[in-house]
Amino acid sequence: MSDSKSARLPVAGQVVPPLGPGMPSTAGADFLTTKLDWLVQWAHSNSLWPIPFGTACCAIEFMSVVSSHYDLSRFGAEVVRFSPRQADLMIVAGTITDKQAPVLRKIYDQMMEPKWVISMGVCACTGGFYRAYHVVQGIDEIVPVDVYVAGCPPTPENLMLGIIQLQKKIQSGELARHREAKTLVPIRVGEDPRISIPAYSTGVMAPHRPGPPGFPEIPERAEDPVATGGPEKRR
Amino acid sequence: MSTDAPVSTVSFAPVLERKFAGRARPEASGRGDVPTISVDPASLHDVALFLRDDPSTRFDLLLDVASIDRSKLPAEQLPRDGKRFQASYILYSTRRNEHLRVKAAVPEARPSLPSLVDVWPAANWFEREAWDLMGIDFENHPNQKRLLTHNGFVGHALRKDYEAGQRWLCTEEDILQTDLASKTETAEDAFETMTLNFGPSHPATHGTLRAVFRLDGETIVAAEGECGYLHRCFEKMSESHTYSQVIPYTDRLNYCSPMINGNGYARAVEQMLGVEIPPRARAVRVILSEFSRIMDHLVCIAANLVDIGALTNFWFLFQAREEIYGLLEACCGARLTSSYARIGGLSNDVPENFVEWSRRLLVEVKKQVDEVDRLVSRNGIAMKRLRGTGLVTKENAIAWGFTGPCLRASGVPYDLRKDKPYDGYETYDFDIPVMNDGDNYSRYYVRMEEMRQSARIIEQGLSRLPSGPVNSDDYRVVLPPKEMVYNEMEGLIYHFKLVFEGIQVPAGEIYSSTEGANGELGYSIVSDGSGRPYRIKVRPPCFPLFAAFEKMVVGGMVSDAVATLGLLNIIAGELDR
Repeated sequence: MSDSKSARLPVAGQVVPPLGPGMPSTAGADFLTTKLDWLVQWAHSNSLWPIPFGTACCAIEFMSVVSSHYDLSRFGAEVVRFSPRQADLMIVAGTITDKQAPVLRKIYDQMMEPKWVISMGVCACTGGFYRAYHVVQGIDEIVPVDVYVAGCPPTPENLMLGIIQLQKKIQSGELARHREAKTLVPIRVGEDPRISIPAYSTGVMAPHRPGPPGFPEIPERAEDPVATGGPEKRR
Repeated sequence: MSTDAPVSTVSFAPVLERKFAGRARPEASGRGDVPTISVDPASLHDVALFLRDDPSTRFDLLLDVASIDRSKLPAEQLPRDGKRFQASYILYSTRRNEHLRVKAAVPEARPSLPSLVDVWPAANWFEREAWDLMGIDFENHPNQKRLLTHNGFVGHALRKDYEAGQRWLCTEEDILQTDLASKTETAEDAFETMTLNFGPSHPATHGTLRAVFRLDGETIVAAEGECGYLHRCFEKMSESHTYSQVIPYTDRLNYCSPMINGNGYARAVEQMLGVEIPPRARAVRVILSEFSRIMDHLVCIAANLVDIGALTNFWFLFQAREEIYGLLEACCGARLTSSYARIGGLSNDVPENFVEWSRRLLVEVKKQVDEVDRLVSRNGIAMKRLRGTGLVTKENAIAWGFTGPCLRASGVPYDLRKDKPYDGYETYDFDIPVMNDGDNYSRYYVRMEEMRQSARIIEQGLSRLPSGPVNSDDYRVVLPPKEMVYNEMEGLIYHFKLVFEGIQVPAGEIYSSTEGANGELGYSIVSDGSGRPYRIKVRPPCFPLFAAFEKMVVGGMVSDAVATLGLLNIIAGELDR
């Protein structure tokens, strides 16, 4: 695994350390040997152009991260673009509601390949403590996510850690395969527009209670021979 | 906890009785609550006109329309008239400095009320919200459609029989259609004008606001605003949490100045309970609220200047904000979502070096603010962008329900810290900056000046910060100290009851308002006597501001609309809740 230290381009007459794993050291600067994939990944990871999909509190912390004190440009990821066509990293900062969901998906679809998604904060990751009738319970319902950053909101250090982890994943080439498999999956299945989620019960520490009666069965369960047989047959 | 019996405090009761005998009655209001009258729905419109125009009332500012579903109240509190829904209009008189609540109850079979949009234009969006979330129908409403939820939504979410976890799929078709866009389909309109969609994913709309403009050239001839992209169901969520558990949710209403929200909420519940907090807690709340106000104004001005093309200031102002974050983090452990207020005081005392740290911080913040002031306030480009754009007259500002810096920039000196002082604001020496032009520059400069006044308040607070505890010693509200819990039976019982059952707030109702960074932040809380709020309605200061946005921008350019939106300082968290 190369980090940014070993990933410097050579200067004439200088002996440089190996560029990438499993490659020989290069003496002199007239040529260098590397793999094309590795070079592309190295370039991608160090020049991420984020589009902030900021909706709520996390967006304020994102503003902190890009401004003077924390200065995201140290990681090559400070060129904030508000056009999805110019960006390759979407940072979803804030709660995504059902009303916002089609917008998020549309912006994601408008981004050029290759593209990555960081889910910033618990609302974007899981819906957070908004377990309610208008909140998407994690943006992975809608778009594939590469790195989840926890916190409500995450500290700036935490988001920077997320970006470093994404850089490592890009350099290892792991993400591309993962994404190809996932984007083909339709995000929401079924024609029934109802989505029921476990709500907070009335008890302070009560467990999740099931949705109200009369809700559609989950298809997998209906096809399961044991479940369709009913409790009598199982006995 | 005192037990004074509720009495009516309506000042104009004789006039009301003479004019509307039997159709509008003063009601007894509980401890700390605003005066209340109850009105027969059939005469609501006449009473509203009387309340607005009569010299003895003059309620010119409509602050809020709170709706409640009373069907799940305990048996002894169920309404005797059997009417399930009730709307509460919160009014304020800028001339008489008085609040009023007007209640009107409607039955489940025909939940319909006359619309008051022609009396107070601010009622427009409030009534849409009440229809969307509670299903109260407003007759003659010009544009009654869903506001916070999407068009694919079925049912009314704040009704007590609506399951909190029941979501509905929203497709692209559900949100992309607006009436305004379809109107342009007529032949001549389509030829002469074009429709421009602005948001929700636009840097100047902060990701969550949307407006559709109809343009003639670059001039806006019609506009329609839309919100709800961050409606995350605060009010529904609070009904299934204890009073203490609601505090973290309040932080996320206005996330630019979370401390003020938490303090306002805690104060509302304290008023219902009749709990007094110690002087030190009050002083700390004031100091940190004012720091939050400075932070909020910093973000507003910084983001707005970025929107109109001045990036440099952003780095200056955000640096000042970072410094304040450091202080908040030392007090409560979190930078942004502080959850510092507790019902009955604060979560813990401030750090030892709080006073010196705050003094040092003030010097730094003032320096940064002055620097931006020198750079921007007399800057030719800023003047051209901000002077004379986004005009709001004094009359319009009141009619549209403005409060806070935006109202004061239109020449109305209404500030709750002066007019209805709380937390000891009456003992501080500070001024309320007011400007008369009502344009974007006024809104910018009022905020600049308010930061200086907040600094004055903080200095005074620091110089006389009292010592002592930061929590009330009423252990029915505040957790007792650990030594007491481990060594005394009573302490253990109090601890157990508080943790398992929550704070028991006596049955009743309150409207409690706080001067938030954007204006009047009101909490209407209804308690049924249990450990959880029966209903919380927040009066978000941004809501009327954004409702008026579509009227303010007409006649201007698109680029003026961006500057206007920035200086209204719409925070989606409290706009959509």
